[in-house]
Amino acid sequence: MQHNTEYQTNDTMAFKRLINSKKIFSLFAVFSLLGTNLLMAQDTATPTVSSVTGGDATATPGMWMSVGYYVLLFLVLCVVIAIVGKILKVYDLSLQLQNKKQINWNNIMGAICILFMIVGFYGAYWSITEQGSMTLPEAASKHGVKIDQMFLTTSILTLFVFVLTQFLLFFFAFKYRGSDKRKAYFLPHNNTIEKVWTIVPAIVLTILVVFGFFTWQEITNSTDGKGESSINIDVTGHQFAWELRYPGNDGKLGRKNYTLIGGNNKLGIDYKDRNSFDDLAADTMVIPVNKSIRLNINAQDVIHSVYMPHFRVQLNAVPGLPTFFRFTPTITTAEMRTRTDNAKFEYLLYCNKICGASHYNMQKVVRVVTDSEYNEWIARQKPYLTDGLKKELKLAEGNQKKNISQNRLALNN
Amino acid sequence: MSTLAVQDHGVVHHEEGHEHHHDTFLTKYIFSQDHKMIAKQFLITGITMAFIAMTLSILFRIQLAYPDKTFPLLQTLLGRFAPDGRLDPNFYLSLVTIHGTIMVFFVLTAGLSGTFSNLLIPLQVGARDMASPFMNMLSYWFFFIACVIMLSSFFVQKGPASGGWTVYPPLSALPKAMPGSGEGMTLWLISMICFIGSSLMGGINYVSTVLNMRTKGMDLWKMPLTIWAFFLTAVLGVLAFPVLVAGVVLLIFDRSFGTSFYLSDIVIAGQVMPFEGGSPILFQHLFWFLGHPEVYIVIMPAMGIASEVMSVNSRKPIFGYHAMVYSLIGITVLSFIVWGHHMFVTGMNPFLGGVFMITTLIIAVPSAVKTFNWLATLWRGNIRFTPAMLFAIGMVSFFISGGLTGIFLGNAALDINLHDTYFVVAHFHLVMGSAAIFGMLCGVYHWFPKMFGRLMDTKLGFLHFWLTFIGAYLVFFPMHFMGLDGVPRRYYAFTEFESMKQWLSVNVFITWSAIIAGLAQVAFLYNFVHSIFWGEKTTQNPWQANTLEWTTPVEHIHGNWPGEIPTVYRWPYDYSKPGNDSDFIPQIIPFSQTMSSNIPSDFEDNTGGLEAQSKWSSTQKANEQVK
Repeated sequence: MQHNTEYQTNDTMAFKRLINSKKIFSLFAVFSLLGTNLLMAQDTATPTVSSVTGGDATATPGMWMSVGYYVLLFLVLCVVIAIVGKILKVYDLSLQLQNKKQINWNNIMGAICILFMIVGFYGAYWSITEQGSMTLPEAASKHGVKIDQMFLTTSILTLFVFVLTQFLLFFFAFKYRGSDKRKAYFLPHNNTIEKVWTIVPAIVLTILVVFGFFTWQEITNSTDGKGESSINIDVTGHQFAWELRYPGNDGKLGRKNYTLIGGNNKLGIDYKDRNSFDDLAADTMVIPVNKSIRLNINAQDVIHSVYMPHFRVQLNAVPGLPTFFRFTPTITTAEMRTRTDNAKFEYLLYCNKICGASHYNMQKVVRVVTDSEYNEWIARQKPYLTDGLKKELKLAEGNQKKNISQNRLALNN
Repeated sequence: MSTLAVQDHGVVHHEEGHEHHHDTFLTKYIFSQDHKMIAKQFLITGITMAFIAMTLSILFRIQLAYPDKTFPLLQTLLGRFAPDGRLDPNFYLSLVTIHGTIMVFFVLTAGLSGTFSNLLIPLQVGARDMASPFMNMLSYWFFFIACVIMLSSFFVQKGPASGGWTVYPPLSALPKAMPGSGEGMTLWLISMICFIGSSLMGGINYVSTVLNMRTKGMDLWKMPLTIWAFFLTAVLGVLAFPVLVAGVVLLIFDRSFGTSFYLSDIVIAGQVMPFEGGSPILFQHLFWFLGHPEVYIVIMPAMGIASEVMSVNSRKPIFGYHAMVYSLIGITVLSFIVWGHHMFVTGMNPFLGGVFMITTLIIAVPSAVKTFNWLATLWRGNIRFTPAMLFAIGMVSFFISGGLTGIFLGNAALDINLHDTYFVVAHFHLVMGSAAIFGMLCGVYHWFPKMFGRLMDTKLGFLHFWLTFIGAYLVFFPMHFMGLDGVPRRYYAFTEFESMKQWLSVNVFITWSAIIAGLAQVAFLYNFVHSIFWGEKTTQNPWQANTLEWTTPVEHIHGNWPGEIPTVYRWPYDYSKPGNDSDFIPQIIPFSQTMSSNIPSDFEDNTGGLEAQSKWSSTQKANEQVK
């Protein structure tokens, strides 16, 4: 008797459920219809509004309509989830009443774990192949090749560990999902296996460290040894651009002093140093292929970072602390264009340390050319010592006894 | 025995009754000195801050996905920070900065450590409260003030701090460098000082409570891994945070009193500044001397929580308890000598970079040991998939995925090209962001009954877990490849670079994944709030766990246990011990009551117990022979 009434209530509840869900369905349909209409209307309305008011987008009723639409959509979703939850609860209760087994969430979650693992591995594979192919082309510098080799080794190693550990994690979760019939295996520790998995990673990491350490030492050695000579290029960062300075015929860059910055002397080049006289200004960083290049990096205001990813070059530009990076480009821009099958390809130097509002657009084109092209190009560059600057300096030389601070005042005008 | 107990704690009881009279709303909920209430205060403030920081991240994700579109709603909401319905570049940087600051410090340090150290340390070591309840209260209120100051910076004219959460000078020191370096930065620094004060007071409390107030029988090697993790985290915090104060104070001096600790040779907006002789690198050293231990301050409590929850729900002892503790100690010590790996390309002496590379890769060894031990804990377990268990598994998965990319970044040579790119963003969001937040959520689901006396809804928990877990992977996995393409972090838009335009569609995908994962948190919020008031009432020990907190009554009382504090006889991981009827033996059960399941290793340093045990087994054998 009791059972009967319970069944009845069950039935009525199920019935109610049906009505409920139908209502929700129709509501949903209405909303989506209304919403798409509104959105369409808004899409056509917005451009006209903005064009009329000259880009001054203020809150329009259309905007609030679409906001309301999305909020309602979300609420409907919540209601749907709530209903599904209720259905599950009712279903579970009815099973209980019929003395059947309740929903076994352990099995369901275990199954989702294994499903997640399979789909996840496929997703990772897809991501590595699809998005992995969108990454930087091969290294265009001597040391970059070594970095890429090390990257490949590390990738293979970590991918192996990744697949193994993630597999074990989700496989164990699935295989050993709970059941009343089983008892877990009491295993507090096992010294042998623990030693193994301490020592093996230690050895692998030691190997990586040793290779990494020597490569790092080699890359960061920025001074020319005997018989080596690099082209020194001065790179100065300021908000929000890079300034380049090439040495003239003497191959030497003149000294700089930040107190001299101002007027026509935007780098603060010290013209008391004779090496400064023939220093050249350039808009593009043009460098000859297979020649050692030494960047003298500095910043005027805040920290910037010289980042040339194609050459695997990066070093911060720090005000008050000159830094140096030496590298040898190996592939010309023209050759890289054919290799990447992209006629517009350019090497770039851009800022990679947050430096202010326009940090996202602080770039310089880098062009790797042949030796002869480079010589031709460098011959066309103009010295920093422009006529305007000469005039300013003459003025300063005439009053040589003035101290620096006064000089600075004069230059600041 | 029971009369003895009452006599023992008669004074305490008297005080309790006395206090109860005056328990006003103000003393119970606001200026509470009870560790359980303070834990709840930390948790709810932490969750609130997490939602705020998450909203900020969705705002800048929208900008990254749709750099050319205008959203009139943004202007309505943000006013001058989003003119014409597009985020201002400076405000974009503010969002990034405040998102990072809130998440790292306010959510994953205070929200995680603050909540669970406060709740669990007294309950799991068997103490009536923290060593200094008043200081504990101060710790919360300093944290609260820090939160308020940090958020108030959204209301100053030039906007909040925007130099990145690492606030490197000179950018953060020169108000002319960016608007956010004005009053916004000042508020950031004040907030941070309050926060560090809070953190120190909390940390000193945790350390002294763990060291001095353990109950009878609770020696260090009987402490649950949660307590070990919280203890070592607190030690790290106490040693590292003061260094950040030093760094911050010097920055305040540079900003406000014209000193040159971090500044030198600066020309800004055409004006030559008088600073000379300082070094921006000095700040980075000071910052990362805290900053690196900080990431372990964030992840270690999550590790402890995950270890405990995995053991309880696998119905199996944690595999290699000693190894787990030693690896935590190893991480604690090593974390102080690896900070330089954040500075490989700053112009720091390259030799120093090499040394930091060696120490950094060494720290991967204890991390690997922990991972393998977690896997071994699952092996041949009897896993109950509570939402807490799922979050613990998710935490391990994130820790693996994010940890492995650390091997790339810890290698100085590889870091040259990866530093400050999206590869780094992906790495730390998985290994310390997602993993730590999963540890925190795991703890919330697991100890919710202890905190509020009610259970959270399991099915909503499942929904919350899967949406968040999948969402987080969809958001952060593709970012690795953006990094490998040389896309820098903290870029307002990718539109200025021809080569970066290919990532715009990926950005749209990431943003939508983030929005869905963000909306999934509503399931958590609803579940959390609803369950506090209307959730199913819990039993005393809903998860059949061994640790001491489940021996306290469901109703909270000041002093935790109504009678005597229980004595501890065994380690906390006697799950599924062969020979025992039930699959768990709480720490308060003496070996004399479990003769059938005792094993020789239970009696290290306990010869009396061992003798009794062998006597018992010989009589058992004799009895069997008689039969």
